[in-house]
Amino acid sequence: MLRDITLGQYFPGDTVVHRLDPRTKLLLVIIYIVALFSATGWPSYGLVIAVTVFSLAISKIKPKSAFKGLKPLIFIIILTALLNIFYTQGTPVAEGWPITWEGIEKAVMMSLRIILLIMGTFMLTYTTSPIALTDGMELLLNPLKKIKVPVHEMSMMMSMALRFIPTLIEETDKIMSAQKARGADFETGSLLQRAKALLPILVPLFVSSFRRADELAVAMESRCYHGGEGRTRMKQLKLMGRDWIALLLGALFLAAIYVMKHFGL
Amino acid sequence: MSEIRVSGLTHIYSADTPFEKIAIEDVNITVPHGQLVGLIGHTGSGKSTFIQHLNGLLKPSQGTVEIDGSDINASKIATKEARSKVGLVFQYPEYQLFEETVYNDIAFGPKNMKLSDEEIDERVKEAAELVGVSETLFENSPLELSGGQKRRVAIAGVIAMRPGVLILDEPTAGLDPSGCEQILKTIVDYRNRTGSTVIIVSHSMDDVARLADRLIVFNKGHVRFDGTPEEVFSNPEELKEIGLNVPVPTEIAMALKKRGVVIPRAIYTTEQLLSALLELGKEGE
Repeated sequence: MLRDITLGQYFPGDTVVHRLDPRTKLLLVIIYIVALFSATGWPSYGLVIAVTVFSLAISKIKPKSAFKGLKPLIFIIILTALLNIFYTQGTPVAEGWPITWEGIEKAVMMSLRIILLIMGTFMLTYTTSPIALTDGMELLLNPLKKIKVPVHEMSMMMSMALRFIPTLIEETDKIMSAQKARGADFETGSLLQRAKALLPILVPLFVSSFRRADELAVAMESRCYHGGEGRTRMKQLKLMGRDWIALLLGALFLAAIYVMKHFGL
Repeated sequence: MSEIRVSGLTHIYSADTPFEKIAIEDVNITVPHGQLVGLIGHTGSGKSTFIQHLNGLLKPSQGTVEIDGSDINASKIATKEARSKVGLVFQYPEYQLFEETVYNDIAFGPKNMKLSDEEIDERVKEAAELVGVSETLFENSPLELSGGQKRRVAIAGVIAMRPGVLILDEPTAGLDPSGCEQILKTIVDYRNRTGSTVIIVSHSMDDVARLADRLIVFNKGHVRFDGTPEEVFSNPEELKEIGLNVPVPTEIAMALKKRGVVIPRAIYTTEQLLSALLELGKEGE
């Protein structure tokens, strides 16, 4: 069912990773991505994998749920692998075959890169509640306010969007059930028929989204919301010792990757 | 004939994740054809989960659901067949209206059953008449109607499929008293005219107590009481204990009992209370 989608879902828990400041986690994810894309050889890939497994382990994410997050992107991963296998020049696997050893190596690396990228970024959303995430983002981007970037508005919109994803999923689920109960069929038929079959879901979904947006606006106004000016927070974010340690480890990780890159590993 | 037989039904949401939740556990219920059943329970008691099993929208984690002796989850075809036999009206059904006209929306179900145009037309008109939607509204957009009218159109959309079993989840939620009354009257009319089985999910005791032949009370995923309104309301204290209201007349009878006026039988309608009190008055003289 739709509710099983784990993409970007928050799993409550009480580990060191869960307790880290969202700003720290955001910076760490950026470091992680830079490191991942700088890694060129197998030894550096090994280091990235080790770091990923280590972080998954200390945040107590079950391997099953980590892999579940990959499901929606399996097609992209396979496509990338196939393209790399067939379009890389080098020594053929066997006489006359279009597949090369270099191609296979590159395909494995590329798929691994995508998988690690997804797992790393999922770790952020797994361990950070959406509210904390957008709060962290707003604070990180705060300096941009000086050049008139509407940072608060952006983060408010983002937290609202994140907040409504589960609601919309639930609503879609409900509407789908109701139309199925009226005999609607979403699973069989040609592409065109299936696209048409979505209409009974999309129309009510749009109608209710607009209604919801309207209600939300009224509710916000009646609580005197008027933008970010002068707003205070209930939860003040503060960097603790563990945040500095985590950032230090992150910096070391990035440095290690660059040293390895320098030596061609 | 549409007999529902549910045995050993258990449903677990999000199994094997931190959000795992047992919604219903080992539910055994048989509903014979033509009964009007009231399904009562607190929010989260599992009643909505239960009814979604009756037409195969949810698959049991354990146990079986049989309609007329055949397992509805045996194959895709069996499930599809069950969907046309068991009509399910969800909570706030007006939010599912989507067609451009009232007529087309009511016709959506019958169209999915691949009926002929004449048959569809006949059913739409019949269903509309049953719920009290006049034909002059057929060409209007369903989104322009009032709340009560929208709900009646939505119910007509399910009735037009002529289900042998009609299940309604909180059909009166959010309506004003006269709207409630109309919807309930429609449901009773439908039952009387077609002889179908009807299951009403509600937490309004007054309504279901008055109409139902049988009451099933859910609590924390289990069936707590199952019997005639008389039987169920003979334990008003226990009902209150699990967080359910009892009908106002029952409440009055309970209050009288505390003050020493004992009414010897279960009371759940105003008429019963009145006649019981009149009898007591006569005895007193």
